[in-house]
Amino acid sequence: MIERTPEGLYCRAAKAWVDPWRPVPRALITHAHADHARPGCGEYWAVASSEGVLRQRLGKDITLHPVAYGEEHWLGQCKVSFHSAGHVLGSAQIRLESEGEVWVVSGDYKRDDDPSCDPFEPVRCDVLITEATFGMPIYRWQSGEQVAKEIHAWWSRDRSRPSLLFCYAFGKAQRLLAELKAIGVEEEVLLHGAVETVTRHYREAGVPMTPSRPVSELPRKDPLEGRLILAPPSAHRSSWMRRFKSPQTAFASGWMAVRGARRRRGYERGFVLSDHADWPGLIQTVRDSGARKVYVTHGQSDVLARYLREVEGVDAEPLDTLFEGESD
Amino acid sequence: MAGLSIHPFPARMRAFQNLFNQLDQVTGTKAKVQALVDHFQGVEAGEAAWALTLLLGKRRRRLITGRRLRDILRDRGGLPDWLIDDCYGQVGDSAETISLLWPAVQECVKASDPDLPSGDGDMPLSWWMDTLLPAISTRSDDDQANAVIWLWHRTPLDQHFIVNKLLTGGFRVGVSTGLISRAIAEAFDLEESLVVQRLMGGFEPSAERFRQLTACATADEHRSSGTPYPFYLASPLEPDRLLETSARDWQLEWKWDGIRGQLIHRGSGVYLWSRGEELVNESFPELVEVAKALPSGSVLDGELICWQQDATAPLGFDQLQRRLGRKTVGATLKRDCPMRFIAYDLLEHQGVDIRQQGLRQRQQQLAALLGSIEHPESWRLKQSPSWSIDSWEELETQRNQARQHNAEGLMIKQAESPYLSGRKRGNWWKHKLEPMTLDAVLLYAQAGSGRRANLFTDYTFGLWTNAEEPQLVTFAKAYSGLNDAEILELDRWIRRNTLQRFGPARSLKTELVFEIGFEGIHPSKRHKSGIAVRFPRILRWRRDKPADEADSLQTAMTLIENR
Repeated sequence: MIERTPEGLYCRAAKAWVDPWRPVPRALITHAHADHARPGCGEYWAVASSEGVLRQRLGKDITLHPVAYGEEHWLGQCKVSFHSAGHVLGSAQIRLESEGEVWVVSGDYKRDDDPSCDPFEPVRCDVLITEATFGMPIYRWQSGEQVAKEIHAWWSRDRSRPSLLFCYAFGKAQRLLAELKAIGVEEEVLLHGAVETVTRHYREAGVPMTPSRPVSELPRKDPLEGRLILAPPSAHRSSWMRRFKSPQTAFASGWMAVRGARRRRGYERGFVLSDHADWPGLIQTVRDSGARKVYVTHGQSDVLARYLREVEGVDAEPLDTLFEGESD
Repeated sequence: MAGLSIHPFPARMRAFQNLFNQLDQVTGTKAKVQALVDHFQGVEAGEAAWALTLLLGKRRRRLITGRRLRDILRDRGGLPDWLIDDCYGQVGDSAETISLLWPAVQECVKASDPDLPSGDGDMPLSWWMDTLLPAISTRSDDDQANAVIWLWHRTPLDQHFIVNKLLTGGFRVGVSTGLISRAIAEAFDLEESLVVQRLMGGFEPSAERFRQLTACATADEHRSSGTPYPFYLASPLEPDRLLETSARDWQLEWKWDGIRGQLIHRGSGVYLWSRGEELVNESFPELVEVAKALPSGSVLDGELICWQQDATAPLGFDQLQRRLGRKTVGATLKRDCPMRFIAYDLLEHQGVDIRQQGLRQRQQQLAALLGSIEHPESWRLKQSPSWSIDSWEELETQRNQARQHNAEGLMIKQAESPYLSGRKRGNWWKHKLEPMTLDAVLLYAQAGSGRRANLFTDYTFGLWTNAEEPQLVTFAKAYSGLNDAEILELDRWIRRNTLQRFGPARSLKTELVFEIGFEGIHPSKRHKSGIAVRFPRILRWRRDKPADEADSLQTAMTLIENR
């Protein structure tokens, strides 16, 4: 039902592409990260709660059909519905049904609790197209609550200097604010500009988070001792960091599970927190789907596909895409 | 269950774990030194001795190899071999891979009581290293696998990494010997140079040895032992700093392409040390023999190099390589690869440490000393020539002559400089010849380890054969030379342009061309291409060149002929 064209994953029955990487007439969007939602398409279909970020990133004037989770829409000969993927605010798996066959494109997803977005919903299907960003058994996550406690301890331990926590500006940062709130932290957190713009949309969507404000609102002379600041990884070692006097630094990402990966990037601490499924989560998702055929896209696609074939006995193969998952 | 009275991670072991975490998690030098000082002051000598040994990474003997631990995990845990290998490729460290994989298998692996040595609750690090872990390592097969699994079950998850590290050795924490020496000096109120000196030539993990290391200095500490002085190392030339000084204040020497060494004759005998702090007497008996003609109480700094008696220039490094690591040296080898010690400097004269004197003064004494030797093979022990120039304009002309002397380039030394230790910039510069270069095609890539784990950073390059239908043949491997952004870009390209996988290695589309620089090139029977190069590294990414315009083996051969 879905084929790979130069523009991306194409569903002929719906005359639509899922997360196309080139401009197409009709795009079904799993979520608003840049490798899944690209500009220039004729019309976009996406979950309503992702609208704010989508318009901010793709342009105010895009033609957008906001949908609700679980709602069924007929596009041509195809029944299309969006189901929560638990990845970021408004993220979805896309279910396509035509002539009695069901396909699901997972987009990016995770199965862990996350107070900043809806929980993952297992969807049955015949064919599953899954991501595999962390498709190796070395990747297993602790709960967000546990990680939030570690981060809070790290922040509290040294109040004599600023604590710079790097994390992706969309999704991870807001999850951190929500996880901190959930363990009872009410202290104001400061934000890099790129984090601030996305956080606004989360606040509008009513996600409970610790109070925050842009670091740019504070006087430049403020030494920011003992403050927690969230910033995107691109700001690490940039001129923006000169604002902070001898900060302690950390990075919150699934990649931090491996010591070498942290040391290579030069962060002092690594907190293992990801918005992608870990190994048990990926395997569980394949089992829950009941799919007879699984295509594995970005990340460790070869490893996961081979394991599914040889150990789980599922017909699985890697599928080349331009998705990037949690990039370095 | 005998032996189970021990809690696997009592307080004293926890102290070492904390030290490790602190060193691992701060990037500032000051904070690292402070963590070390606190630890060395806070624990008993025997504990400090083991911590020091592990941090220095000097322990040669592995208790169990990483490979063996991976096999145990595979056999008992039921994970496929290829999956463990792929994970290892991503992590780049056996001990860490195993600690990350353990949670995936722990529920289905059982172990019976292995009856290991028991402890009473708070066993020190030295007990782990001297008693418990060796007891596991000496067992065999199933017995050993059982003992390892038993240990894993009893180790808290967050301590698995360090326990596996202790088992496999190869402890790298990101603290240099220099930093450790500084911390010990600070903790025990000693001169840093003295600590460095005492650490030269090795350290044994005993309380006794640690007390010696940290004891007050004695006046004649050097005279009777074979301990070398720490080497003083030159830094790559910073022209701006040099050119603002007067050329007359400096002197030039050839930078020989051998092995830096220290030749010691003291009351207790002759000691020949390589820069890697290895005693190499056995590999170079003819040098040890000649050195006996030196007066006792002499320490020379120089270069070990192959050089025929009547030749005007030394042989290449490839000849020297044939003599490395040998316990005995045959007559043929002695004849084909005759050794000389080319002395640069005199560090101790008549039993007195003269490192604080000026370079010119030390070298005058060196000349007098070598001139006084009476030995039929005194040609093996020569002073490296040094000279001065009137202006910096002559510098490049001088450097360009290095190749005809079979030297790597020039050393530029401040004429009045003392002999310091380590790499302290300002007094000694090295100015190497421009490397030879070839444009080669990227053929294979492999993920690095440690900091470079999960990135493709080990590259293999090829040159074209001269056949009618040219093919690419492997000619060099290189690991360095690209900046971080280029490494990331190349990593992405590699992932998208893989043709085939061979375990951790990938063969690639033959598309990208890189300029490879190297210091020496010589014929080699061991390499498929028939040539071997010395110190290959990437100079730049030739984005302008298509693969079919890369260099051929014939071009490489021309370089050899023009040597």
